[in-house]
Order: sequence, then C-alpha cells, then structure tokens
Amino acid sequence: MESGILNMLKGKNKKSKGLIMIMKTTKIFGAAILSAIMAIVTMTGCGKTSQKTVSTDGSTSMEKVIGYLSEAYMEKNSDVKVTYNPTGSGSGIQAVQEGRCNIGLASRNLKDEEKADLNETVIAIDGIAVIVNPDNPVSDLTMDQIAKVYTGEIDNWSEIGGKDLPIVCIGREAASGTRDGFESITGTSEKCKYAQELTSTGDVVQTVSSNPNAIGYASLASVNDSVKTMSVEGIMPSDETILSGEYKIQRNFVFVTKKDEELTGSAKDFFDFCMSSEADEYIRKAGAVPIAK
Amino acid sequence: MKTRTGKMKKTADILEKIMNFIFTVCGFMAVAFVLIITIFLVISGTPAIAEIGITDFLFGTKWASTAAEPSFGILPFILSSVYGTFGAILIGVPLGILCAVFIAKIAGKKISSIVSGAVNLMSGIPSVVYGFLGMILIVPTVREVFRLPDGANLFSAIIVLAIMILPSVISVSETAIRSVPREYEEASLALGATKTETIFKVTLPAAKSGILASVVLGIGRAIGEAMAVMMVAGNVANMPGIFKSVRFLTTAVASEMSYSSGLQRQALFSVALVLFVFILGINLILNLVVKKERK
Repeated sequence: MESGILNMLKGKNKKSKGLIMIMKTTKIFGAAILSAIMAIVTMTGCGKTSQKTVSTDGSTSMEKVIGYLSEAYMEKNSDVKVTYNPTGSGSGIQAVQEGRCNIGLASRNLKDEEKADLNETVIAIDGIAVIVNPDNPVSDLTMDQIAKVYTGEIDNWSEIGGKDLPIVCIGREAASGTRDGFESITGTSEKCKYAQELTSTGDVVQTVSSNPNAIGYASLASVNDSVKTMSVEGIMPSDETILSGEYKIQRNFVFVTKKDEELTGSAKDFFDFCMSSEADEYIRKAGAVPIAK
Repeated sequence: MKTRTGKMKKTADILEKIMNFIFTVCGFMAVAFVLIITIFLVISGTPAIAEIGITDFLFGTKWASTAAEPSFGILPFILSSVYGTFGAILIGVPLGILCAVFIAKIAGKKISSIVSGAVNLMSGIPSVVYGFLGMILIVPTVREVFRLPDGANLFSAIIVLAIMILPSVISVSETAIRSVPREYEEASLALGATKTETIFKVTLPAAKSGILASVVLGIGRAIGEAMAVMMVAGNVANMPGIFKSVRFLTTAVASEMSYSSGLQRQALFSVALVLFVFILGINLILNLVVKKERK
C-alpha cells in the first residue's frame, strides 16, 4: 500500500522524505510481527531433555523464583543450562507426566489424581498482598470483605470503614498465576468484577499507587512503598506470618517430579540446590518465602 | 585495454546472473512473508471459529476464556477496536491536517524544519513509551477531570491513539499539500482570496486524496496498536462505553497469548485472524483511494 501512495505522490513531489520514513517503519513492523509469530511457534515446544540441560516448565507465578535460582545455579555450574518454559501450572504438571521436561512447576498443590504418579516438593511459599492507595484510611480487611469487594457486593469504601468513594478493583489478566491464586484462595473464581485487568504486577502497583479508589493484589515481594499493604484478618503479611500460615492469602510453590523415575545428573543436582539452605537467599530475593529447613 | 577477453566476459555474465537471481529472491521475499502470514493465520484461526460457531464467535458478547464453562464472544473486542479507532481519527485527523498545513504553508523554512523534525521523531517513539505516558499522565487526568472512579477506559485509549496516529497523518498530508501545484494557489490569491480561504477552498480540496490516504494509514495504525492501548484501556472484556474499561482486538491477543492453551489459544489466533481481515480491508480501501487519484 505504501508504494501506491509513494508512486502517486512521486510525480508531483520529490521531497517525500516523511513518507519514506513511514514506509520504513511499516516494514519494520511487518518483520516484528513475523518474528513474533515465529517465536510463538518455537515457544510451544518444551525443551527436550538433553545432557547438561535441566528443563523446567509450568507456573508463570514462579518465573522470578526459578529465574533467580537457575541464574545462581548456572553461575556455579557453567556447563549446565537451566531452561524455563512459562506455560502455567496445569501445563507444567502435564509436561512432567508426558516426560517433556525434568521438573514441573506448580503454584498450587497437586490434586489427588495427580498424586498417583507424581511427587510434589514445596520449595517456597508465596504471599499475595492486598494493596491500596496510601491515602486510603482502611488498613484491615477480612477474607469475607475482600471477596465481597471483588465480586462487587461492596462497591464503596464507606461500607468498610473508608471514605465515601467508589471501589475500583484492579486485577490481573485471566491467565495470570497471581490472579488464579488470589481468586481461588478468596473463593471468587470467575466472579470478580474488575475495573482493570493488567498484564504485570508492576502495572498493578503503579495503578493502585495513582488511584485513591483502587484496591489490587500482587506478590508480596513486588509491593513497594508507593502503595499500602493491608492486613488480612488482622495479620500483616510477612515471612513469619506466611510461614506459620497465619496470613491467609498464600499458596505453595511446588516442584513436580515423576514418581517412577528418579531425577538424575544435573536435574537432581539442580533440585537439591533449590532445596538447600543456600537457595533461601535467592528465593527471598525473588519475593517468596523459603520453607523452614 | 581494448576489449574484454572472452573469459572475463563470461565471469561477468555469471555474476550478472547470480545478482539477478538474488534481486529476484529478495523481491519476492515480501510476497512470501505476506503469504506465509496469511496462510498461517487462516490455518490456525479457523478451527476455533468452526468449533465455537461463527455467529457465536463474532457476535457473542461474553468473553470468558478461562472460565469452567468458557465462552468466546468477541463482539466487545471488535466494537472497542472500531470505536477506539474512530475516536482517534476524529481527534487526530483534524489536528494532523492543520499541523501539516502549518508545516507546508504557514511556517517559515526554519520553523517548519523544526516542526517536521519533531514529527519524524514522534513516529520513532516506541509505543510502550506512549502507553507509559498515558498511564502516568492521561489516565489520572481523565479520572479527575471527569470525576470517574477510574481513568483507564476507552476515552484514555482514544487520546493516546490520537496522538500516536499524528505522525502518519501529518507526514502524508504534508506531502500531499506540498504537491498541490503552486499555480492553483496563486490564481486563488490573485482573485483576491485570503491565505486562509485559499488553504481551505483550494489547497486542501486539491490535496484531498492524499489526505484521505493519510486518514486510512492512521486507521491502520490505530487499529493495529496493542502495547499502548493495553496500558491505558483497562483490558476488561466489556461491551464498549466511552468511560468503560475495554479490551481491543489487539490487546485481547496480546494479554492472553503468552500462557494460553487449547481452545483458548486457538480462539486467540481467530481473534488475530479477524484483526488481519480488518487490516486487509483497510489496505484495499487505501489502494482504491490511491488508484482513483492516479486516474
């Protein structure tokens, strides 16, 4: 289409610099689209096991944890490559079952039928913080109130001890692990009435910090000073309250492995590294709480 | 050196042939890419449409792709994209045309080169930057000005898109305005028309098909934008309303594709196919506009 306009205008004007600029950008866009499609195509396959490669597959919520752990591990074992395929807990569990990866990552515990042929090992616990704007006087909510707020039953802050302002529920996109965790723990799956569905934790924090009406949720690690963290049922989220289970909105990060097939070589070594106390530091860095060892 | 020896000539011929081949291959590369994309989208986009049913898919008003009983209606996305694009054109095109008039006709050489330099720079700014600015500046402003609970809605998206289409609209219109023969304007001025009258009654009508092309190019840009829209539109699959959180066709694909599976993934390809058909249609219209001008 660009060449069409170009030809049309060329006869009359030689200085169509701007137009050429547009043409160039359009072409670059084309190339970008193509490479994106190629990326999608290649992404669909899970890294097949080969020597010195440890493949992990699963929960997108565990991206940070697995990122820090694999980085630290690869720094010490430069001949090993740890791969991570962010597909979601369900797909990760399936990938282990089908032998498409060494370690499956799930941000939930295994269901009974899955436990038949799979082992689960909790490596860390993730606390999901409920956050509001710093100007909001409300500082504590019960689980029931949180559920009612997110399902739209409570739609004004004055109903739960705040100012007379509408409540704006900020959440994550449908496929997000954090959303899945939050909704399943608060019992609001598929019932939430969101004002915004954002695609990253950072966006949620940014949006809540700039809107006095907003309430949102995010992994505890990603929460910073620009927002106020709520206590739930009177308990603030922290390493201690999450480990003790007092803080309610939390879930396990789980390594899933096959029952009838022991990990060997680098995969076992990586697994052991993640379970050692050495890994605690990296799990903390990634914002999760390491389990007591 | 009198004449080339036979051997040298032969080598030159072979080289000539090889280069010719390379040029041809590169020439058809673009065609091949378009074909590959089209075939890929049709193959991966049709199964879900067949499974969901074309009317349920195109005219269904509920999108719940991860629910226990999923529903895949993309009418909210289609309408949001159409309204958003239309709104952006409504705001961006008049602004862009007037700016193009300023660059081509009003401003002196120095100022006009500064302004058009800025416009060119604008077209190079990545869309995520527009989105970020929209998120930090436009969304809170919209919330306060209109006294809304939340500012991430169709209106904010329209504003951001209107700004983003400006460079395309301005540069193409500017070229079109500059290519209007001088004699037309001189005749008008000689007949006693003022500069403003000349611009609106002679120059712009004479440049109209170039300007129309700029509008269509703007539509193409607006309907295909994903990143910036994702950051300011709220992304909830509502039926569109000016102050409602909406999800565009582009953002529907972008926000769920990274970890979708099964029918959801296929349905996202179908959404991409619908978007592709839209853009194909826009290109056809653009070609028609340009062809008409050539005659």
